[in-house]
Amino acid sequence: MRADALPLLAAAIAAWLAIGALGLVRPLAFAFVSRLLFPLGALVALLVAGIALLATAEPVATLVLPLGLPDLPFHLRLDPLSAFFLALLGAATCAVSLFSTDYFRPSEGTAPGLVAFQYHVFVASMATVLIADDAYLFMVAWEAMALASYFLVITEHRIAAIRDAGFLYLFIAHIGAIAILLTFGVLQGGSGDYTFDGMRAARLQGAWPSLGFLLALVGFGAKAGLLPLHVWLPEAHPAAPSPVSALMSGVMLKTAIYALLRVTFDLLHAVVWWWGVVVLVVGLLTALFGVVFAAAQTDMKRLLAYSSMENIGIIAAGVGLAILFRAHDKTLLAAIALTAVLYHCLNHAMFKTLLFLATGAVLHATRERSLGRLGGLIRRMPWVAWLALVGTLAIAGLPPLNGFVSEWLLLQAFLFTPSLPQSFVNMLVPLAAGALVLAVALAAYVMVKFYGVVFLGRPRDPDLAHAHDAGRYERVALAGLAAACVLLGVLPTFVIGVIDRVNTMLVGAAVIRPGVSSWLLLAPIDAQRASYSPLVMLAVVVAVVVLAIQVVHRLYHGRVRTTGAWNCGSPEPTPRMQDSAEGFGQPIRQVFEPFFRMTRELPSAFDAEPRYRVTIDDPFRYWLYRPIARVMEKLAGYLGLIQHGRISAYLALSFATLIVLLFFVR
Amino acid sequence: MPAVPLYAQLINLLAAVLLLLAFAMLSQRRVLSLIDLFAAQGAALALSTAIVAWATGQRHLYWSAGLTLGLKVLVLPWILRRLIHRLDIEWEFERLINIPTTMLIGIVLVVFAFNLAVPIAELANTVTRSTLGIALACVMLSFLMMITRRKAISQVLGFLAMENGLFFAATSATYGMPMVVELGIALDVLVGVLILGVFFFQIRDRLDSLGFANLERSRDDD
Repeated sequence: MRADALPLLAAAIAAWLAIGALGLVRPLAFAFVSRLLFPLGALVALLVAGIALLATAEPVATLVLPLGLPDLPFHLRLDPLSAFFLALLGAATCAVSLFSTDYFRPSEGTAPGLVAFQYHVFVASMATVLIADDAYLFMVAWEAMALASYFLVITEHRIAAIRDAGFLYLFIAHIGAIAILLTFGVLQGGSGDYTFDGMRAARLQGAWPSLGFLLALVGFGAKAGLLPLHVWLPEAHPAAPSPVSALMSGVMLKTAIYALLRVTFDLLHAVVWWWGVVVLVVGLLTALFGVVFAAAQTDMKRLLAYSSMENIGIIAAGVGLAILFRAHDKTLLAAIALTAVLYHCLNHAMFKTLLFLATGAVLHATRERSLGRLGGLIRRMPWVAWLALVGTLAIAGLPPLNGFVSEWLLLQAFLFTPSLPQSFVNMLVPLAAGALVLAVALAAYVMVKFYGVVFLGRPRDPDLAHAHDAGRYERVALAGLAAACVLLGVLPTFVIGVIDRVNTMLVGAAVIRPGVSSWLLLAPIDAQRASYSPLVMLAVVVAVVVLAIQVVHRLYHGRVRTTGAWNCGSPEPTPRMQDSAEGFGQPIRQVFEPFFRMTRELPSAFDAEPRYRVTIDDPFRYWLYRPIARVMEKLAGYLGLIQHGRISAYLALSFATLIVLLFFVR
Repeated sequence: MPAVPLYAQLINLLAAVLLLLAFAMLSQRRVLSLIDLFAAQGAALALSTAIVAWATGQRHLYWSAGLTLGLKVLVLPWILRRLIHRLDIEWEFERLINIPTTMLIGIVLVVFAFNLAVPIAELANTVTRSTLGIALACVMLSFLMMITRRKAISQVLGFLAMENGLFFAATSATYGMPMVVELGIALDVLVGVLILGVFFFQIRDRLDSLGFANLERSRDDD
């Protein structure tokens, strides 16, 4: 097991590609694809997760593969950072692949074998991004990832709206790719050496490191969905099939975070404090924007997509904080912030994957994505409902589940900022902490809305009576993810023990120190200031619940009287009288009205068939994207003036330009 | 007169052959003969690249010589001949206006190219620097050929010939581009020809002819 982890992982990537290629052999054989290829992919993913987890403790391993172009081999490298993210990828992919076994059905869109091919290429390229050790392989894998996911997003390509969403995604991905390419161009520092080792050795001077960092922030921010390059995210996630949305949200967004960490803490030799402020502010704005929009959504997958933005924003805020501390050589605080980042990446991969897969199961059972037509599914789909409840509680940040641990750690990191030398940063931090708490609290609100409207209450549509529960493999996948949410929540010291290997590599400090934290008690600074013991918490919660049930049972046993509930004076309550998604989000819409571009259609008092409609648009599209598009259109119009439509004229024009230029240059 | 080594003489000879072939293409009216000329140009190019490789010991130049031989002498002419056969235009002529004038312009371009190459050739320290002017002249002549032609297939040939000239220029100035760039260009050319092959059929189906005159109506605002 010593130094063999990297070749094994490379073999696993090759295995994924081979599975995908098998899908191409028999693209229409549905049973072959879904009953053989996807479970095989899940098996490989499980192996990857296990190997990567063990490899976090191993020393850095490198490998040079004689693939690619002559004289330009692929460099691979496995260090704790990539191993951690590979473990995340393996775990999430295993569940998604297992779920896909039941999920994909023969449909109007892409053939199943082709979907399997794209899916496995997508997973393999994400894994390759994580172990790439030169800019060339990184870009190849990064672009393969973007292309594969684009084709997966447009699986139902006969629907025009889905093609549009796919185009937007591809477009923003290209902008990001250009920025990343330029980043590597800056990072190699004129040496012409595009291996990451060369970049680590380069010593950039003056404004170059900052330029490289900002380009990386734009490039990876576009993939992660940071403001203002987020517009693709709420379009592409709902358009894709649910397992694909789960992978994109759970894993692909994390590859962007991985790459940002790689560039900032590993490839650049030093960090500057104001980078941290930029990332912190962008992250918090993204988080607030995401959660406010999530509160206003009425489509369950869009709601989850905006919630992904919120989580990515929180993660980015943590990255900003880690940069800030690192720049001031407060390594322990940087390690705490970084731990929160990595922990939240892992958590988000688990609970968001769980929730997206749950919406997939709901979508299959009801063919309905609009919250206005769902409801009461806990009776029809108990497995999905109860497992989704775990994910909902986890994402809402309730102890003793996993979401709480990372958010708590991040808040702890915020609370220790006053020791920074810049006074204006010191003033900013309480505001930022406030914004973070606001985002987290609103996230809980959003999740109550999501769960309450979909699973609780009475069915809003008579068709929901035919809804069936998830299939066998789907249940296993969901249960696995839910179990992961619980385990990550109650065993934080073990998880942080793994994360500390990354911390030691990136910032040179560990959070778990003997004597301060134990297996039972998690204390980031010292036990007097703040500590958290999830197992005790869990025990208390369980004890209180059991005790309460017992007490109620003893005291009131036999005195229960069953009768109709008070019906507010209306004799026949209908499902339409329940609180709706729009109604539940209304206070948030009211408070944050300036954020939205809202168009409302209100019924008048005399309508025979009253209709109420609210559409909520992204203001960035109007205030940022539309003006740019208009300017481009205008410029293109000027170019049209020399367009004659005669090829020889064009050729003569370019020839003349060439001759004139050559004449001047010589 | 200083003694010129044998390989340099051979390279100069081949450069002259390339230039001659470029002029021949400029004045050739039959499409099939144009393809033969293009293949001959490719062969001369491959041979000269191989000689440079042998003379200087640059290993990767053998690769590019082989690539040139395979792609430009064998594959592309074969694809184009098959296209012409399937499009049934083996016997078509191109009505070229004013061949003498075109040739005169060509001569002016050659003079300009030689003039242009002098400062660059002084910078280069390769055994082949004297041929840089010829390479540039080949590029410009091919460009001129594309301008004067009206048929799609001869324009494609002009484009390919231009690429030949570019390749020759790279070999003579710096012993070839990096392998990555060469591979990229080779792939681009191959894919380009394949796509254009598809377009030929589309154009003919739509417009019943392969002349570009018909396309001029396709501007959307007319």
